[in-house]
Parts: sequence; structure tokens; C-alpha cells
Amino acid sequence: MLNYAQIEPNLKLMTYKVEEINNISVVHLNGEIDMEVADKARQTILPLIENGKSVQVNLSRVDYMDSSGISVLIESKQLAEKKSTKFELIEVSKPVEKVLSMARKFL
Amino acid sequence: MSEIAHQDHIEKKAFLVNSSSLKEVRTFCREVFEKLNIQEDLKDELVLAIAEAAQNIVKHAFKNSANPTELMVVQISCENNKLQIAFYDRGTPVDPKKVKHREIDNVKPGGLGTFFIQEIMDAVEFKDGKKPWINHLVLTKQL
Repeated sequence: MLNYAQIEPNLKLMTYKVEEINNISVVHLNGEIDMEVADKARQTILPLIENGKSVQVNLSRVDYMDSSGISVLIESKQLAEKKSTKFELIEVSKPVEKVLSMARKFL
Repeated sequence: MSEIAHQDHIEKKAFLVNSSSLKEVRTFCREVFEKLNIQEDLKDELVLAIAEAAQNIVKHAFKNSANPTELMVVQISCENNKLQIAFYDRGTPVDPKKVKHREIDNVKPGGLGTFFIQEIMDAVEFKDGKKPWINHLVLTKQL
């Protein structure tokens, strides 16, 4: 199943798609993730975890992420622990890795 | 500290106080930092710190008085290799004593933005806002 969606095309900030691979939901995020679009990322990822799915978030095409985006990842990780499901980040881009390395004191 | 001598420069721009402006703030900063010939890694960090400060204005200074026409001003200046970024807004007055990042052992989303700003910049200072401004935040970094 492939579900592709775009967030308000006029903003051109972030797009995403969700793939099902071997019973794992792989969320591909693309673009810049800031306060403007963090809620959409949250609304995409959290319901999957809430439904007990294992989730991987592919960040290879994310070229900017601020604290709002990191907060979504923290929430997702915490919810996955609560639901005893797996939550992983895969193919983390260099800009995101840099922000994550600063945030690791919180993770 | 950078070994590159950065030319003195000053530039400012006004933005509407809303989350849609944050991308414009980042674009403005990147353009100014290009002119200042700031290296790529540091530029990314500075853009993040500035965007987080702008986000705090949108989230906190105007949380009880949303006005679609309100403006915030971001001013970037460089003098003798010292970078100064000033923010001006007319939102709720900020109490500097209440501005702190979340404790490290308190793992909850939120509070990260202020932590990033403090990690990246050398100094974060709230000054008295002169009319017509109410809040005046200054971030500094020695290049």
C-alpha cells in the first residue's frame, strides 16, 4: 500500500509518503520540518504507533529540522515505548544528524 | 573562533509574527550569512538558533494576543568579527528569569529551542525594548 500526501502545496515546506514494507510502516519525510509543519508530521506518525505498528522514519530527504521536529520524534519514541512497538530513524540526513546530536542530551 | 576576517555588515528585515514566516526568516539569514562568507557548518547552526528565537516569539510572546498584522524585526550585524542578532517584537513582555531550557533528565518534548540557542550562541541577552518595541533579544557569537 502506498499512500502519498502533500501538505499545502503552496508552502512547499514538507511532503511525506507512507509505505508498508514487511508489516513496518515507513514514513518518508521530505523537505524542511519546522513549527509550521510539525503537527502534520505528528498526525502522520503518532496514529501509526497508536495502532500498534512498527514505524521507521526515513529522514534522508529532510534538509532542515528544528526543535518542533525533534519534539515529534521524542513523542513518537515515547509513545512506541508505551505501546511496546518499534520506532526507528533511518537514513538520517547530515543536517538532521547534526541537530539530533545536539538534542541527544534530551533523548 | 574563525580565522576568516568577516566584513562589517548590518541588515534587518521585518516579518509577520506567524509560523509561516519562519521559512522566510531562515532564507533571510542564509542570504546574509552568504554575504558574510560564514562557513557552511556554522551557518546551519546560526540559522537554527535564529529560527528557534523567532519561533519563541511566535509561540510565547504572542500566544495571548494573536494579531495577523504584528511584525517582528530581525537584525543581523557583524562588527570586528563579532556577530550580533537582534530581535524586536511587541508581544507579551518576556521575563528573562522564566526563559530556560528543560532539565536534561526531564525528557519531554518542548524546551529544546532555548537549549539549542544557548548551545550555539556565546551570549543570549534580553534588553529593555525601546518604543515602539516591547521585547529586545540579542544573541551574540564571536566568529
